[in-house]
Parts: sequence; C-alpha cells; structure tokens
Amino acid sequence: MENLLAGAEMLARWDVMVALLVGSIGGVIIGAIPGVGPAVAIAILLPATFSLDPIVGLTMLLGIYGSSMYGGAIPAILINTPGTAVNALTSYDGYPMTKRGEGHRALSLAYSASFFGGIFGILCLILLSPVLALIAPMFGSREIFLAALLGIILVVLAHRGQIFAAGMLAMFGIFLNTIGLDAFTYTQRYTFGYSFLSSGINLIVVVLGLFALSQAFFLLTAPDSSPEAQPVSGKLTSGFRELMGHKRVASVSASLGVMMGMIPGVGEFTAQFMSYTYAQKSSDTPDDFGKGAPEGLIASEAANNAVPAAAMIPLLALGIPGEALTAMMLSVFYVHNVIPGPQLFQNNIDLVYGLYLALLLLNVIVILFLLVSTNLLTKIIRVPTRFLGVLILILSFVGVYSLRNSLTDCMLAAGFGVLGLILKRLNLPVVPIILGMVLGGILEVKLRSALPRLKTPMDMIDRPISFIIFVMILLVIGLHLRTLIREIKAHQIDDDHDLHDTQMR
Amino acid sequence: MSRVRTLQALFKRYRRPGDIVFAWFALIVSLFLLSQLFEQTAFKAGGKLPAQPRFWPAVSLTGMSFFAALHLLGSALSERLDGRWREVGLWIASLEYAAWFIAYAAAVPYAGYLPATIIFALLLVLRVGYRSRMLLLSTLLSAVIIVLLFKTLLQVKLPAGQIYEVLPDGLRQLMLNYF
Repeated sequence: MENLLAGAEMLARWDVMVALLVGSIGGVIIGAIPGVGPAVAIAILLPATFSLDPIVGLTMLLGIYGSSMYGGAIPAILINTPGTAVNALTSYDGYPMTKRGEGHRALSLAYSASFFGGIFGILCLILLSPVLALIAPMFGSREIFLAALLGIILVVLAHRGQIFAAGMLAMFGIFLNTIGLDAFTYTQRYTFGYSFLSSGINLIVVVLGLFALSQAFFLLTAPDSSPEAQPVSGKLTSGFRELMGHKRVASVSASLGVMMGMIPGVGEFTAQFMSYTYAQKSSDTPDDFGKGAPEGLIASEAANNAVPAAAMIPLLALGIPGEALTAMMLSVFYVHNVIPGPQLFQNNIDLVYGLYLALLLLNVIVILFLLVSTNLLTKIIRVPTRFLGVLILILSFVGVYSLRNSLTDCMLAAGFGVLGLILKRLNLPVVPIILGMVLGGILEVKLRSALPRLKTPMDMIDRPISFIIFVMILLVIGLHLRTLIREIKAHQIDDDHDLHDTQMR
Repeated sequence: MSRVRTLQALFKRYRRPGDIVFAWFALIVSLFLLSQLFEQTAFKAGGKLPAQPRFWPAVSLTGMSFFAALHLLGSALSERLDGRWREVGLWIASLEYAAWFIAYAAAVPYAGYLPATIIFALLLVLRVGYRSRMLLLSTLLSAVIIVLLFKTLLQVKLPAGQIYEVLPDGLRQLMLNYF
C-alpha cells in the first residue's frame, strides 16, 4: 500500500500530469489516423523525452502506447482500415456492424471492451507485483541470458509463414549491435576503418529509419488517398451495459492478453488471434463471426488493450522488452541510468508503482476523451496520406538529428528507411531487427558476466529458474516442430496476410 | 520425385513480387559480411570462446546467412509473381525521398531550422502533387507548429542556422535561441 502511495506521490506533479494528458490524448489521435501509429510517434518523440525526467518521459510514451489502440478502433470500425496494427481483427466484425447501421453500437462496444481489457491488465500487473519483486532477484546473468534467448526464439517463431525472414532479420539485428568498438576488449568490429562506425549504430537511428522514415517513404510513394469516416450519433456509454452480457468472452480475452503480453516476442497479435478463436469456438452463433458479431469485437479489443500493462512485466522485472515499443522505452531507462531489472524493484519501487498508476489513469482519461470527441476524431482522420508522409519526414528529422547533430546518423536513418520500405512492401517484419539489436546486446553482456561461474556448459542450467527457462526453450521449439509436421502432413500452407506490415506503423 | 515435392511443400509460401530480388540481396550481403569476419574482428589469445570479440558477429552472421539461404530457397520454390521489376523500381524511386531527407538535414545548420523546415515542407508538398491553397497553408502552419513545439518549447538540441548571423542584434539572438 505504501508503495502505491509513493507511486501516487510521484505522479502528483504538474509536468507528469501534462505528459500523461498529452500522451494519452495524442496517442488516441495518432492511433485514429491510419498510416501513423504508436511506433512512429514513439520513435519520433523518443529523443525529445531524453531531456525530461524519467517519469515524465516515460508517462508520455506510456500514454501513447496504452491509448493508441483505443483510437485505432475508430477507423477499423467506420472505414474498415485499422488505425493501428493491433486493430486488424476489430475491423472483421466492427465494419460489418457499421455497414448495417450499427456503427455507434460497435464503437461503444469497442471502447468498453478496451477499457475493460486495459483495467484488467493493470490490476493483474499490480496484483503480480509482490510476486515479481520476490522472483526478480532470483534472475542472475544466466537466467536473463536464457530469457533473452527465449525472447529471440519466440520473436522468430511468432512470425508464422515468415520464419526464415524473421530469423534472418533477428540475426541482422544482433549483428548490428556488435558493430563498433567492443566495450570489453577495445577492439574494432566491422567498422571497415570508418570512424563514425566506432561508436556503433545507434538503436534510435535504426528505430526511426525502420518505423518512421519507412512509413513516410511508403506514404509518399503510394497513391494519395483521404479516409472518409461518417460521424456517429447516440450515447457511447451504452456499450458498458452490453459488455456485461459478454463477461466470459471479455475476461478470457483480457486474460489471454495478459498472458501473451508477458511473454517476450509474442504480444498483441497472438493474444488477439487466440481470443478471437476462443470467442468464435465458444459462441452459440460462430457463423456470425466476420459478419458483425459483437463477441468478436469484444474479444479483439479486450485482448489487445490488456497487453501494454502485461508487456511492462518483462521490461520492468528483467529489463527484457517483448516488442518494439517496449524496446524503445528501454532506451529511456538507459539514458537516465535507471536500469530495469531485479534492482528496479528494490531501488526504484516508487517509479514502478508510478508507472502502474499512470497506466490506470490513462485508461480513464482516454475513455472520457473518447466519449465526447469521437465525432471530432472522424474529421481529424481525413488527413491526405501523402501530406501525412511529408509531416512524418519533417518530424523524423527532429528525432534523428537531435540525438547528436550528426548528418551521418540522418544518412544511416534514411538507409534504414529504405530497408524498412522494402520490408513493408514485401510484407516482411521489422520488429525482429529491433528486438535482435536490444536482446543481442543483453545476450552478449549477460553471457560474458556469467562466464566466470561456468565450468561446464551444464552449469548454465544448474539453477532452478535457468533450468525452467531452458525447458521452456526446448518446449517452444518442440511444439513448433510438431505444428510444422502436422501442417505439412495436412498440406496446409499459410495464406498471405498483412500482419507484419501493420506492425511497422 | 515425391521427396522433391515434400521439400517444395515445406518451403513454398505466398510471396510478394520482388521477394526473390531481396532474398538474393540479403544472401549476398550476409555472405560478404561473413567473409570479412577475420578481417573485421579480433581474437584475443587465452580468452574463452564466448568472451571473444569475434564470437557474436560470427554467430549472428552465420545465422543470418543460414536463414537468408533458406529464405532464398523458399522464394525460388514459390510461385513466380508478375511485377517483380516494377516493384524494384518503386524501391529505387523511394531513394528520391531519402535524398530529400538528407538534403533537408544538410540544409538546417546553414539555413536555420525554421526557414529550412518551411521551405522543405512546401517544396515536398508541391513535389508530391498538391496544389490547393488550403493544403499549402496547412503545410506552412504545420511546419511552424513543429518548429515552435520542438525548438521553441521543448528546446530540442538542434543547431542554430548560420544565416541568422546576418540578422540585426536583437532578432539574431531570438532566432538563434528559439528558431
């Protein structure tokens, strides 16, 4: 309880509240505009937050992360274009509801399911915290190394149908992290004699290139369009009453969101698909799914909104980001010398609880904002796409150049922007590159610090938690191989889908 | 024959046009980087293998080459799609916008953040085909708001333009600090 109070005290500052308000409302607007999502916004704002207090910068980024999916539901439901990656399944049932004149009902349900999922995720996080504080110190170098390895394996295997490409890109990310002067032996690695490579390739430069610039290039090279959404009429609070009739679907979906959010490399997509499949299988009217089933909408929105809070668990407790957005947030911690991991719960518990409460507050701010401003947002989302591309390009400059006023960084970011565009056009994922860079760094550092205690390779797994993680790694690979063999026997080949390219916004 | 078919079924996937070009490119880059391993990394005598500076580049580049080869195999065994070179043409066309971005970044230290942003935004908006007065005004307004937000309000670290040096005293200081 005193930790909660300490967290509340941390939030009770005008600059933190302004950051939370700007982040939450900005996040909803960014989420609602198709073509720009939380990844682009966080990438651009990241360097600007470095000069702010950690709690101010983090609440702003957290605000964007936690609220963008609320906004993303609006175009998904009204114009069949998901505002953010994770609203893809929302459009399956939301848009058919709009077509039959139930747009207001669909939006209202999406908001209430999102709110339910968001609050459910935070409550789980708060309830799990004492356990986390107990378990986290048991994670030494070996355990964190194995957990990061599990994260890399999961991020590759989570890209079904694209595993070779995801593996290649994750390895590319690990390689990028090795470029420059090795901090332990002071030897050059892959610098080719260029001094600008000695300090390595900055993660933010790569993030801005792959997420922001690539999106700008994508919009600028594609034909211009302007999304047209019709305003809705009626009270948007009615969804809460309807949600009560689907308590089971909402609870199971939010639980799946929490579970998938906690596992590095998995995230919203898997949570959404699992909960949607569950809702369909357990429904009395499974044939209605995809044609405007309220349960489908609830499953999708409750699951994806439960993820942000859960994704904080591996980030805060172990310093391991599960996906690109938390990987970006990790750099804010590092810049302020606050190292997420077991020590955070001992030394900065007020910051941890401050972030929990910020998450809780942002859900309340967002739902209140949406209840009064949905129709205004339907006007804002009509930004022409090429104009949006120009704005992203200008904003990306601030992000890249403010890091260290380097033109070389801008050139590198532009290069990664072109790579990101190619990957996006080919429907290949970029997230493995970012996670490869971050987790690759963790793998290298933790393996080195574990080495003095390792006499034989088996010493790596001679402690209970490291052994459990090792078994999990074997299990994940084993289960994947089993699924693969079954699929080959059944001659099923994955269809093409747009999951990966949407991750880039 | 049936074995070949099974292999094909294992690797065959729906691809987007241009996938094989990227697959070849990725494999060539991976193999080139791997071939530079001994040139570009050191080996410290007496140290354990995982602590060697060469260890992680070797692991990552071997893995990258392995997966790149499998990706290429998958691409080669999948159905050929029309529009491969048109797609590659689009990738090359995107280099123009990369050049715009670099030119903008190069111009800021000389022309100043505010003037460079306004000029760049207006030129780029014209380049992508917008002509309406409403959109040009929106661009101008957006450019000014971005500068006010990041440079004036948040004081983000950006260089002051050399062009500001020619301004009269009071205005020069204002422009150097806030725009």
